Amino acid sequence: MQLGAIDWGILALYLAFVVGIGVVSARRTKSGSDFFLAGRSIPAWVCGLAFISANLGAQEVIGMGASGAKYGIATAHFYWVGAIPAMVFIGVFMMPFYYGSKARSAPEYLRMRFDEKTRALNALTFAAMTIFSSGVSMYALAKLIQTLHVFDAPFAHMGLPQAWIFHAAILTSALVVLVYIYMGGLRGAIYNEVLQFFLIVAGFAPLVWLGLRQVGGWHGLQTTLGPSYTHAWAGMAHASTNRLGVDWFGLVMGLGFVLSFGYWCTDFLIVQRAMAADSMTSARRTPLIAAAVKMFFPFLVIFPGLIALALTSAPDHGSVHAVAAPAGQVATIAQHDPGVIPIKMDSSTGKPMLDAKGQPQLDYDLATPNLLLRYFPTGMLGVGLTALLASFMSGMAGNVTAFNTVWTYDIYQAHIRPKASDEHYLMVGRLATAIGILASIGAAYLASQFNNIMDLIQLIMAFVNAPVFATFLLGMFWKRATGHGAFIGLLTGTVVAALHHGLTLPLDAIAGVKGGWLHVVHTYPSEMAQNFWTAIWAWTACFVVTIAVSLVTRPHDETGLVGLVYSLTPKINGKDGPWYGNPLILGAIVLVGTVILNLLFR
Amino acid sequence: MSFDVRLPIGLLFLAVGVMVAGVGLVGDPAVFEAHSPGINIDVAWGAVMAVFGVVMLALVALARRRG
Repeated sequence: MQLGAIDWGILALYLAFVVGIGVVSARRTKSGSDFFLAGRSIPAWVCGLAFISANLGAQEVIGMGASGAKYGIATAHFYWVGAIPAMVFIGVFMMPFYYGSKARSAPEYLRMRFDEKTRALNALTFAAMTIFSSGVSMYALAKLIQTLHVFDAPFAHMGLPQAWIFHAAILTSALVVLVYIYMGGLRGAIYNEVLQFFLIVAGFAPLVWLGLRQVGGWHGLQTTLGPSYTHAWAGMAHASTNRLGVDWFGLVMGLGFVLSFGYWCTDFLIVQRAMAADSMTSARRTPLIAAAVKMFFPFLVIFPGLIALALTSAPDHGSVHAVAAPAGQVATIAQHDPGVIPIKMDSSTGKPMLDAKGQPQLDYDLATPNLLLRYFPTGMLGVGLTALLASFMSGMAGNVTAFNTVWTYDIYQAHIRPKASDEHYLMVGRLATAIGILASIGAAYLASQFNNIMDLIQLIMAFVNAPVFATFLLGMFWKRATGHGAFIGLLTGTVVAALHHGLTLPLDAIAGVKGGWLHVVHTYPSEMAQNFWTAIWAWTACFVVTIAVSLVTRPHDETGLVGLVYSLTPKINGKDGPWYGNPLILGAIVLVGTVILNLLFR
Repeated sequence: MSFDVRLPIGLLFLAVGVMVAGVGLVGDPAVFEAHSPGINIDVAWGAVMAVFGVVMLALVALARRRG
């Protein structure tokens, strides 16, 4: 597949617009508050779409397609169980404290509510996470662009080796993100995230449309793939009777409660978008508007995986030729086409990689990208590549803006130079943007050096993210929680997560980065089950220890907790504006919609 | 006047939509047939993007008139 002039034109136009938005935003970025909080002046719908985009990195777009092909529509649990309820919770219950406290970051809320050491612990781990995750997603994008071979011809034409495609992809995307955040700060990032949101939809929606047309719609998918791929809740009673290898309790508690609330309700990358809103009601509406859109995302990012699988083979039926439904179409593809999802090759031996049963493994990560190459001729190919690039940049910009704020306010101002001018911190923030991006590039190259660094980073994130939700929850809803309690609870939670991981192993895995590095006392049916239970243990440990230590330490003075704790803060009503803008009503509508989607795809 | 993000979105979608639809109209029909049988996706989706761009620009104009 070669890029035509028109595809290059679309990519160039996109890059020009993104930089242009940075330039326009720069004109209104004069103070620290402008740079780090976008002057708290952004309307709710803009914040809401930016809220989705910042989280929608290339890894999610590619990863959800891959999971769709591997696990089927049950992947939608990551949205309907693992995102929407938490997004409604933060909008209705937690945002009043984040926005109302006037904290400039999530760690700063912890300082106001608890103490400096709890903030420092959270700020340091969070800053490190943002660098690693933007580095890993940069690596993933560069690797993908290399694998798609779309830039092979121009590089060969210029006499450059193929390996340079990887370097060029990393450096170009990093440079563009640097320019628009350096100039426009959070405002530049948020405006671009909205543009990127629409581009991502424009790039993937036609893929789903064409795909469903060919496989005979949802009904065609059902008949081709069989029930285990097309029911989200069937077989969830036991871990052994569904594709995820998780039972409903592990799913709902581990994913739906601990991991989901830990991510959506405490991760500053996400919370920062709502903090930029122009009023308390807008801040509360931000995650709710995002949730209302997000609940339909499975159709956009998971369906390409299902379609790619349907075009590759028909796993539940053995042979595609046995399927009568999509009127011979699938059979024709099976004869003339090697399949959309290729077989995974071992790069050292050049042979197909086999699973435990001796069957060749499929390279699911290429499901969505290969579908894109298959359906999009020149023209649309430019749109599709732009969508991939947009998803990558929005995810990276989310990490970078969160990093520069936490670094400047929670580390630099708190511990290195406390009483400098606003101008000074603005300068430090811009510098932190550049340093953060350089460090991400370093992390990307680190990721390319180690085979399993992705696993390792996922793991550390689970250790850090899972317990922290207990800290925020107790901080906001239990006035008796103390700083010592929060700090010791958070540390214990992380240690328990590491211990649980060191003592358990997924089925058929080798002890090491997958777990069991201390001693194997329990084996989980799948990696996902182990992951969810690590989170459950970590959260419970943090929750219990925070309560226990709080009860034996001196309580905080209640007057200092007004605006930070639920029971001590005057209730606000969200009744300004039309009825449908009321956060409670909006939240209820979103939840009912999610229940309906779960029932439809049960 | 405050910055309206719908303006760049509208302009970009209109420009890209026209470009993609244009390529679909002048290009070799066999190419489009090979990628997505029975539908010229460049023309179809390019038109959708262009219309979306126009709607965004219209919303900007409406907001400005209201002041």
